[in-house]
Amino acid sequence: MKNEFWKWFGSRLFALWRYRGFVFGMVWREFHARYLGSLLGSAWSVLHPIAMIFIYTVIFSKIMRARLPGVDDNMGFGIFLCAGLLPWSFFSELLGRCPNIFIEQANLLKKGNFPRITFPVVLFLSSTVNFVIIFTVFLLFLLVTGRYPDWSFLAFVPLLLLQQFLAMGLGIMLGALNVFFRDVGQFVGIVLQFWFWFTPIIYPVTILPQFARELLKFNPLTQLVLSYQQIVLFGNWPQWSLFKAHILFVITTLLISFVVFRRLSAEIVDEL
Amino acid sequence: MKNILETKNLSKKYKRYPNQWSRFAEWLTAGRYRTHEERWALRGVSFEVDAGEAVGIIGQNGAGKSTLLKILTRTTKPSKGNIKIGGRVSALLELGMGFHPDFTGRENAIMACRMAGLNREQIEQLLPAIASFSELGDYLDQPMRVYSTGMQMRLAFSASTVVRPEILILDEVLAVGDAYFSHKCVNRIRTFKEQGTTLLFVSHDPGSVKALCDRAILIDKGILIRDGSPDAVLDYYNAMISVKRKNEEIQQVESEFGATVTRSGDGRAYFENVEMLDENDRPARAFRVGDTASIRCDVISNASLESPTVGILIRDRLGNDVFGTNSFHLEVDKEIYKAGENIEATFTLPLNIGCGNYSLCVAIHSGDTHLQDNYDWWDQCLAFQVIPGNSFSFIGLASLPVELKVQRKHKK
Repeated sequence: MKNEFWKWFGSRLFALWRYRGFVFGMVWREFHARYLGSLLGSAWSVLHPIAMIFIYTVIFSKIMRARLPGVDDNMGFGIFLCAGLLPWSFFSELLGRCPNIFIEQANLLKKGNFPRITFPVVLFLSSTVNFVIIFTVFLLFLLVTGRYPDWSFLAFVPLLLLQQFLAMGLGIMLGALNVFFRDVGQFVGIVLQFWFWFTPIIYPVTILPQFARELLKFNPLTQLVLSYQQIVLFGNWPQWSLFKAHILFVITTLLISFVVFRRLSAEIVDEL
Repeated sequence: MKNILETKNLSKKYKRYPNQWSRFAEWLTAGRYRTHEERWALRGVSFEVDAGEAVGIIGQNGAGKSTLLKILTRTTKPSKGNIKIGGRVSALLELGMGFHPDFTGRENAIMACRMAGLNREQIEQLLPAIASFSELGDYLDQPMRVYSTGMQMRLAFSASTVVRPEILILDEVLAVGDAYFSHKCVNRIRTFKEQGTTLLFVSHDPGSVKALCDRAILIDKGILIRDGSPDAVLDYYNAMISVKRKNEEIQQVESEFGATVTRSGDGRAYFENVEMLDENDRPARAFRVGDTASIRCDVISNASLESPTVGILIRDRLGNDVFGTNSFHLEVDKEIYKAGENIEATFTLPLNIGCGNYSLCVAIHSGDTHLQDNYDWWDQCLAFQVIPGNSFSFIGLASLPVELKVQRKHKK
């Protein structure tokens, strides 16, 4: 049984490699399809994050004068918001779209013979492309306003990977389940709203009462978001030892997800 | 030759739940609470295909053909039995799958190749071949949304058959585009076959199965019921469907044509039944060119009628009149029928008409046309098909008796 699983896992990896052209083609297509027929084309992909960062920093911090306790930077609150919000939207984009991957591609799945595992991977990559653009705009903004990013920004890479693998693990499982019970997709939408407010993204964790802080520890995103904010605001490297449980959790989620996906994989096509 | 494809006892079960909650209950109890019905789409299908063989798979809608194809292309797994495939399978289950209307033909063709698992260099090399076969010219770099359906099909077919597969699975995709291009498609498939491609061809159309396949398999209600030469299997298929159609004539005709069937008249006489028979007086719906067919009309008169006129009209699939006549023109003896009497009128005629689908219209009225007293007029009362016969090939609607003399002409 165990052996068989790893054999299956290996064969899926191989299939992904063989269909890499298809995967990259789909990612490229999705990116381009969004801006086809517009005059400015992919410039829009940059204009959206610029507008967002402008609102958070200039309007929130400068005009509405929102201040962050303990930070004397006048744009501090805006930057604090971006540090948490950008990765969160990366996470919620992937997790929010995952439940529908197999349903959206029903026709391709029913009529074509290529590996099903490519669809979540396409989603993973295409949300990454979006995030990289948005985050680059954010970095440029920091540079332009004279806040030179510290080397600790490199820590974003492993932390974001951890975060996205968590989304992926949950997403594949929910995507497979949603084929059978469409309630799953609806449910995820609600959970994501609660999850957003249960993560210290737009409020500092310090304003919470003690019991709420204890509760937030069970949210795997809490520690991640806190680390992002530390990096962006103070250039502090994250405390890696705090992430041991996260890594274990993400690996377990991914494994469970693959087992579920493998079990349901054959039935997905029959159900669509 | 050695088997390239072998299926053993293939069965496919679909679960049907009364509602979502009962599925949920079954999942929660790990299957102990069981409410689903099992529907077997395929039951114990076993067959072998030699390398290079062309096999037609025929059967009515819902017989299990698509399920079989999905298993052969490995889109879905069989519930029981196993399958061995010894080569690269290319399946054309749907032309233009995954095409995006906003991308150019070229971009979509590249994507189609990627979907088939080809890599970048291979695609690079194959693009010129796709462009030339599809004959799209400048349109290749236009967005797909400006394409006509025929053009989309041309591109789709060109892209999906650019590499010769070892096993090609076709699902009724040949009836696409104009006559010129569909001829080109058939030629390409023939060439593949000559080069050793194994062909599995699913169709409702007996004509193309006969033209392309060396063997046919008939599936009905998920069971393989005939496996043999296309001629024999198609004959069996014909007999099978005519028996089925006898009792549900009108519905069948409606669904085949997708049009509303007109039936009008004052009811002083009406058709109780209309049947088309082959030379052995068996009900039939497919005939070879030149076969003699009988059209038997059972009429019941509701009033006393003096020699009512019974007429038939054969139309092609576009609704053009091909041939029609009636008992007035054929000058049958005058007769007076009393109310409640049954009349049987049988027209026997050789079907010297071209291959294709036809519909039959029958009418009963007084005088030479139905314009005066129309008792019953039944449009498209049944549909039949004419398939290639054993004589020479021809095109067009009429099979005219032809004689040809070729000789050397001496100069004087």
